[in-house]
Amino acid sequence: MAEDEAFNWLSPFASIDLDIDGRTDGIKQWAIANRDTIQPIKSFFDELISLIDTTLQSVPPTIMLIIVVLLAWQAAGRRVAVLVAACLLALGLLAPGAWELAMTTLAIVISAVLLCVVIGLPLGILAGKSDGFEAAIRPVLDTMQTIPAFVYLVPVVMLVGIGDVSGVIVTIIFAIAPLVRLTSLGIRGVNSSVVEAARAFGATPRQIMFKVELPLATPTILAGLNQTIMLALSMVVIASMISVKGLGNEVLRAMGRLDAGKAIVGGLGIVLLAIVLDRITQGLGRSGRERGHRHWWQSGPVGLILRLTGRKSEKPQ
Amino acid sequence: MTQYTNEAVIRCDGIWKIFGDRSAQAMKAVVEDGLSKDEIRRRYDCIVGVRDASFEVGRGEIFCIMGLSGSGKSTLIRHINRLIEPSAGSVVIEGRNVGEMGAKELRALRAEKIGMVFQNMALMPHRTVSENVVFSLEVRGIDEATRRKVAQQAIDAVELTGWERKYPDELSGGMQQRVGLARAIAADPTILLMDEPFSALDPLIRRQLQDTFMKLSAELHKTTVFITHDLDEAIRIGDRIAIMKDGILVQVGTPEQIVTEPADDYVADFVAGISKLDLVTAARVMQPLEQYRQTNGATDPANWPVAHPDDKLNALVDLAVTSDNPILVRADGADLGVVTKSALLRGIQGRQDVGIETGGRI
Repeated sequence: MAEDEAFNWLSPFASIDLDIDGRTDGIKQWAIANRDTIQPIKSFFDELISLIDTTLQSVPPTIMLIIVVLLAWQAAGRRVAVLVAACLLALGLLAPGAWELAMTTLAIVISAVLLCVVIGLPLGILAGKSDGFEAAIRPVLDTMQTIPAFVYLVPVVMLVGIGDVSGVIVTIIFAIAPLVRLTSLGIRGVNSSVVEAARAFGATPRQIMFKVELPLATPTILAGLNQTIMLALSMVVIASMISVKGLGNEVLRAMGRLDAGKAIVGGLGIVLLAIVLDRITQGLGRSGRERGHRHWWQSGPVGLILRLTGRKSEKPQ
Repeated sequence: MTQYTNEAVIRCDGIWKIFGDRSAQAMKAVVEDGLSKDEIRRRYDCIVGVRDASFEVGRGEIFCIMGLSGSGKSTLIRHINRLIEPSAGSVVIEGRNVGEMGAKELRALRAEKIGMVFQNMALMPHRTVSENVVFSLEVRGIDEATRRKVAQQAIDAVELTGWERKYPDELSGGMQQRVGLARAIAADPTILLMDEPFSALDPLIRRQLQDTFMKLSAELHKTTVFITHDLDEAIRIGDRIAIMKDGILVQVGTPEQIVTEPADDYVADFVAGISKLDLVTAARVMQPLEQYRQTNGATDPANWPVAHPDDKLNALVDLAVTSDNPILVRADGADLGVVTKSALLRGIQGRQDVGIETGGRI
């Protein structure tokens, strides 16, 4: 037994080969073999992404800027709206093509975040309800968040090929964790006596979920959404390696050419986009009543229009 | 005190609740070997919440369960609408066994038959006062117009008119619990479960809410189970009182029975500080006329002040200060007994006059 002689107790690992990398490389073979089943799913997501992209691109920048600022005003108040307007102006002025690139990046981020919500919210609710599921999903989330993106970049590309869909999948893997975690935390943080009261008044488990637990967990869930958006944005450069267009691609190309100026333009674009998305979603997280309003339609542009049209939004108390 | 019939609306039979991972085994051991609370904790690492509790509540009756914190009273009340499943025993509401109900039937029972008020209010912070009040109607799918009408009635009943559109955190503690009360009565249930509803409020507000509750109770005649750790409150509100200690119902009786005939030292300790003035009746402290005549010779009670056997000590004191004579107790034209000044004073103290040994035992 020649292998035994080579075995060294002080340094055992060098002589043992379980061939883990060789076996896991089988994923590649499996991916290639199953390409046909993947294709329809891929084309669905492709269409979703390009729909969002073309929608965003078709709106003239000025109109888009106004829309986003009004959105920020409604969601987060006047001060945030001013900040958002400044950020968007700066973004547009960075470079002649920066606005279009930013919209492409935004389309990828929106698609990824939409899918994160569709997948992550139910998972988070489940984790909030069941200790077993929480314990099972926690290591999975830890892995997804910490494993270097390049590791799953290759299998994903094997599976669906390069392009926006792979970019979105990679982004989801990296960005979904906080949404699941904070949804679970939000559900667990709901005052149990309020849930008990709902039970005592004959609510079904479904009604308790939608009428009590989710509304009360909303601020926490929105904090998770905010984190997910931020992580999704931080993935755009890595995603551009698998041929995702947008601001990330600018940074990547600038890196290849050692073009520091271009890298800064791309990087600043991502930062400005991040600030805009962050402030708007943070504003959503704070309830309107915290800002002194009773309902969302009593503030912001909607409130202004309602007041201007002379319709009292509420009859006086 | 409200009038109530003897028909039992709520009947609890031998309810046991043992908490812990091995509660089923512990319960079996209790049935077979009659383990004590400490033995159950040592051998099975289980906590006994309720130990063999049986009681009935008649229609329209206010049944107070009194005990210190940790005595299991909140656990017991949650068995009535099955928020907690008993380890053993059964709860029957209007002839139907709650333990045998399916999920749907149970929800209907909770929404339509039982209203509950919680110590910490447990209002939904994201809903306005009126949305909170009609929650049980909303989950049953009742239309908006009816809901609005019912909400208004319930809110008016608890004197919160004008606050319908406010959110719970805009209200004071006392007002929040009024909302809790309105929510409980909104669906016009047969039964009210009150889990220490006024304990978290300061004394003045508590008094106000007790008054509101008693006024409502007199109008609505709800069968009520009322939990409190305050004996004064129990006596003020309850038709009957159950004293609970370590999961056991130590004594069940009218306030007067509890105060004058405590079942054991624990209850006696509890009632020691309670004013007897509005609880103890003349019948309890009087001695029979014959006996009085034997010790004091034949006397003519013609100009003595006269009281009814059901008159409370407070009324007797008022009579006693008007005259130097003892008080004659008379019912339906018959002279029943005599309350001497010393018997009256001892009665107020909660002790028996050494000179007499009859009437009620105090």
